[in-house]
Amino acid sequence: MNILTYLIPISLILGGLGLGFFIWTVKTNQYDDPDGDAQRILSDEYDDRPKP
Amino acid sequence: MTATLKQPVSACPACSVVPAAEALAETKPVSGDIALSLPTIHCAACISKIERGLAAHPGVLAARVNLTLKRATIEAEPDVTAAILCNVVEGLGYEAHELDPSALNATSTDRAGRELLMRLAVAGFAMMNVMLLSVSVWSGAEAATRDMFHWISAAIALPAIAFSGQPFFRNAWTALRQARLNMDVPISLAIGLAVVTSLWETSLSGHHAYFDAAIALTFFLLIGRYLDHRTRAVARSAAEELTALEVPRAWRVVDGAEKEVSISDIAVGDLVRVRPGGRVPVDGDIVEGQSEIDRSLLTGETLPVFAQEGLAVSAGEVNLTGPLTIRASAVGRDTSLHRMADLVAIAESGRSRYTSLADSAAKLYAPGVHILSALAFVGWYLYTFDMRTALNIAAAVLIITCPCALGLAVPAVTTAASGRLFRKGMLIKHETALERLAQVDTVVFDKTGTLTEGLPELTNLEQLPRPDVELAMALAAQSSHPLAKAIFRAALDAGFAAAQVSEAREVPGYGVEAVFEGQPVRLGRAKWLGAEPLAETASYLQIGEEVPLAFRFKDALRAGAEDAVRTLRESGKTVCLMSGDTTPAVEALARRLGIENWMSEALPEHKARRIQDMTQDGAHVLMVGDGLNDTAALAAAHVSISPASALDAARVASDIVLLGNDLSPVSDACTTAKSATKRIRENFRIATLYNIIAVPLAVAGLATPLIAALAMSASSITVSLNSLRVKGRG
Repeated sequence: MNILTYLIPISLILGGLGLGFFIWTVKTNQYDDPDGDAQRILSDEYDDRPKP
Repeated sequence: MTATLKQPVSACPACSVVPAAEALAETKPVSGDIALSLPTIHCAACISKIERGLAAHPGVLAARVNLTLKRATIEAEPDVTAAILCNVVEGLGYEAHELDPSALNATSTDRAGRELLMRLAVAGFAMMNVMLLSVSVWSGAEAATRDMFHWISAAIALPAIAFSGQPFFRNAWTALRQARLNMDVPISLAIGLAVVTSLWETSLSGHHAYFDAAIALTFFLLIGRYLDHRTRAVARSAAEELTALEVPRAWRVVDGAEKEVSISDIAVGDLVRVRPGGRVPVDGDIVEGQSEIDRSLLTGETLPVFAQEGLAVSAGEVNLTGPLTIRASAVGRDTSLHRMADLVAIAESGRSRYTSLADSAAKLYAPGVHILSALAFVGWYLYTFDMRTALNIAAAVLIITCPCALGLAVPAVTTAASGRLFRKGMLIKHETALERLAQVDTVVFDKTGTLTEGLPELTNLEQLPRPDVELAMALAAQSSHPLAKAIFRAALDAGFAAAQVSEAREVPGYGVEAVFEGQPVRLGRAKWLGAEPLAETASYLQIGEEVPLAFRFKDALRAGAEDAVRTLRESGKTVCLMSGDTTPAVEALARRLGIENWMSEALPEHKARRIQDMTQDGAHVLMVGDGLNDTAALAAAHVSISPASALDAARVASDIVLLGNDLSPVSDACTTAKSATKRIRENFRIATLYNIIAVPLAVAGLATPLIAALAMSASSITVSLNSLRVKGRG
């Protein structure tokens, strides 16, 4: 049963990480234009190099 | 559903009729921030082409295209105007319209939606973790392990519920304070009681804790809330865009020079220039210029009225031929446009009496659940004299009966049905519009601008001699008057070519004159040429001193009008026609469409009163109209539809907006609404069925957290799947 002392915190931390990422996506307006994002991925204009 | 998510209902009727004016009074558009509507963009190539094109224009700092909203937001230097950028985009081959950024404010910061999404996410993640622990308990964790799992569940569930459950707690509190019951009261009570008894059980190292049920309940109910919110946010943003397309600008004349200003800046006594094709922004008297004005949106009359110095004009009328200068006599809230608002306010009070299916279910459900749970508590207490058992069973009853499926029953169906209608070009603005539409048995149409395009169509082209038509075509080409345009279009379609004329000039308010083979020729109104005016809409051509020749017109039918009227009649509904136009025009149209009940020369009050009379006789009236003279009738009807071309005020007063030009979706909407209401009722029945099976178990004390979780998830999933069936039907 000692394994539980590792597993439970790990599962909580992973869950918390997922939640944290989700909140970050909401806060950075990533759900404002789903159609546009789906199309922009096809354009090579933004991908050649990191934006200056 | 939730008070916090509702569009703020303005107490001032004028505000709800003309929201653009209200928004304008509060927020001035930020200079340098421009929004454009791009209705034709559809792919990655469009996005990058437009963004590149805009960014290359001098003065543009940043441009971003949003494909979902089909809109571009541009940050630019103050001297770059929207008109210039419209031209830039049109030069790239795309349609572009200027949007009024102040009318778009609410969409860009959809805070309520974001907040709900956040709560939903927290509830979801917490539920997954708690469920993980609960499954271990159900599969046989014992003694100290079970207690530890329960404590960990509590540590996750309590803060999660405290954050995610807030919308329910807030609503329940508001309802209780006003001594009312709504669906949120049993929800909050069930969540609260589940948490309290589970904590108590855990501290006594009991077997059953309901932390998973409490958080799952919150999660499922939040899905319902979020769906509901999305549906209305989509409708609201599209409705806002329609409002934003009419940028409230006017040209003020100061010392002979014209200056573009916002309508809200015009004061009584200012001189305002109205260009041909423009809408009159304020009430006033004409001080200079001659023209014809189209009053159809205000009165329903199709014949343009001759306008010259001294004539009083009202806001909302359209100037047709010559430039006019107007001295403003009433602005903003005092214009006749706003006075119509009083009529709307009176009519609105009648509509608010409608209780939605969800509310009537809550009225039956909430007291029933509370009584049942209280009875279970009292019964078990008297039977065992054990507070702990009695409270546990009462909590189990509340959790099992908790309207999880009921909370999804309505929003899931409305989301499915609204999405379907949106793709057909209809925008459902009001939350109970679908339910009300399903009850409709009488349909009332307005004539001008609704059943007809409001555009004239030449009827006697075949009877006219060819040379005369070609001459009229040459004259008509000089004017932007709707009748002239109709002559030109009809002649062009028939393959005629315009004759050669010289010295052509437009006489604003009268017509066009020119010289043809040494003779003066004139095309225009009857009085100008000394002709005998006909009863119907007509324009006259005179060559030299000959007898004038009449070009007759009728109003062109809107696409799908015949179809819509026929299918509505076939489905057993009574169809009526009410118009402010003259009797012969209305009668002709009624006969053409086979409508027996019609009413002509109706004033706005008459229309509204007639609809109220019908309602009192037990009819459920659907009103379809577009003009300012229809707003009172639209608000008085059980449910109302207006086309996108309608005046802002009419669109606000109606529940559903037709986005396309076609009228035929009206009858489809009735069918979809009926099917949607049927699904909602089915969903209620499914939810009740689950309760009938699970409640006796709970009351008998046999329900475990596992049974509660199964019943809850199973009923929620069945209800959601059933809702999707709305889409499958034609």
